[in-house]
Amino acid sequence: MHKYIIKRLLMLIPVVIGVSFLVFFIMSLAPGDTARTILGETAPMEAVEALREELGLNDPVLVRYFHYMADLLHGDLGESYKSGQPVFSEVMSRFPATLKLAFWGMLFAVVLSIPIGIISATKQYSLTDSVSMVLALLGVATPNFWLGLMLIIGFSLHLKWFPSGGDETWRALVLPVITLGTGCMASVTRITRSSMLEVVRQDYIRTAKAKGVNRRVVIYKHALKNAMIPVVTVIGLQFGQLLGGAVLTESVFSWPGVGTYLVNSIKAKDTPAVLGCVIIFCICFSIVNLVVDILYAYIDPRIKSKYK
Amino acid sequence: MVKTAQTYKKRSMASEIWRRLCRNKMAMLGLVIMVILVLTAIFADVIADYDTKVIAQDIKNRLQGPSMAHWCGTDEFGRDIFARLVHGSRVSLVVGLVSVTISLIIGGPLGAVAGYYGGRVDNVIMRIMDIFLAVPSILLAMTIVAALGTSLVNVMLAIGISGVPGYARIVRASVMSIKDQEFVEASRAIGAKSPTTIFREILPNCLAPIIVQATLSVASAILSTASLSFLGLGVQPPSPEWGAMLSGGRNYLRDALHLTLFPGLSIVITILALNLLGDGLRDALDPRLKQ
Repeated sequence: MHKYIIKRLLMLIPVVIGVSFLVFFIMSLAPGDTARTILGETAPMEAVEALREELGLNDPVLVRYFHYMADLLHGDLGESYKSGQPVFSEVMSRFPATLKLAFWGMLFAVVLSIPIGIISATKQYSLTDSVSMVLALLGVATPNFWLGLMLIIGFSLHLKWFPSGGDETWRALVLPVITLGTGCMASVTRITRSSMLEVVRQDYIRTAKAKGVNRRVVIYKHALKNAMIPVVTVIGLQFGQLLGGAVLTESVFSWPGVGTYLVNSIKAKDTPAVLGCVIIFCICFSIVNLVVDILYAYIDPRIKSKYK
Repeated sequence: MVKTAQTYKKRSMASEIWRRLCRNKMAMLGLVIMVILVLTAIFADVIADYDTKVIAQDIKNRLQGPSMAHWCGTDEFGRDIFARLVHGSRVSLVVGLVSVTISLIIGGPLGAVAGYYGGRVDNVIMRIMDIFLAVPSILLAMTIVAALGTSLVNVMLAIGISGVPGYARIVRASVMSIKDQEFVEASRAIGAKSPTTIFREILPNCLAPIIVQATLSVASAILSTASLSFLGLGVQPPSPEWGAMLSGGRNYLRDALHLTLFPGLSIVITILALNLLGDGLRDALDPRLKQ
């Protein structure tokens, strides 16, 4: 098992290098002169040229990328063009807020979706099943930023139950978490249902039932564990969506996280800040995928046995 | 004689799929909505004039609620929201179709080559795709827009590129599953070159999963475009894009709900229709689910 975890950890390194290069390369395609952008249109040509040299903008992309990665290893993501502050500390100061939102969003989605999926599957074609599937379909189709706005209108402006912005109290967390978690909840409910339906038709489930095993034990012990692999896969993939969704949710609720910082940086053409945010998000996503892969081994003894 | 047999076989296959699709009520609902939407987009100019209704401002009539004159009310500049939604369907469908075509044109051949040749070629292509997949698609699209600037073309390009790895994976899996079948071997045996075998023999036979994926990814492309526009990184005002309209309505949540309600509903209905149709197509095209 340790061997498996170490192998997966090592595989993270090329992915992080590849992702950072991809993002770095895309950002280097940006037209216009960065030095000119920083100094303004009226700055003298010599000053612009000096700054270009200082920032290493005259070097080829690969050289710049190499320097960037060397700095990244020391926790240095460059300085923001806009504020002049180190990007790493700017991103990290906002990171806990985004992590809080993503964590509760994910928890909200998983805690509700798996039981609903199981009930839908065990009571296929019942009213509960139909209602939850229609809701799940709507949940997948609803853009989270629109859902957020509708929740603000209903629960914040009219009922005044929850605030429409800020992150100080638990009340402020409720609407953003529902906004962020709903799409994920809908997808996980659908996959839990279909995966459970597939598993309950297997021979070993019929055998367990024939032996007279309690229905609850059959569902929660025999079927659920076998149905979890696709569910865990989707949860892992949904985390990527969740990070993207966090950008939109943060924008709707003025949440002081990395997403808001990213959008503002894109609008301000603040390349180091954009690069820093995207790379940090991608590293998070890769780590979550790693955790998902490790979870597979815990859920499925067949995978575990390969690495003993 | 051979030709007739072939035509007959093709037609029967298509009609079988159509028959299965017709039996799926939800899929038919999705199809009907999509047909209406496509017709709306095609005849948008007939329904509402672009210059006078969609773009021209009429400050005297701003923020009016739904009425007979303005079915969905007017926005903060007095423009008719219904007319803007109608023309917005054109933007959404064009972005959806073009970006999916971009994903398909780049991702399809990459996946086909990876699946057909296997080995080192496969390894190199798929590892590069893995790197793309490690960036959440909306973030990749945002990065591309950040680099290239905000415009309709860049948005389509950004969403198209972020969809490439998905297609590469699906096409690769399909190609791998049929590349050892006899008709492929026969094509090689009569001396067809590899590209001919891939594009004329293999790809037409793995269209089913590609069609399903395409339908579903038009939905996600529309959603991504709306998301980018909502953040102010996509289609720029005064173009009537649904996400941009929502973004414009944010400042009037308390007094003019219709500004955000109708564009949001348009997005939900479109995505829902495409998802229903995509799911229905997947069931109709998959012979294992025949029963």
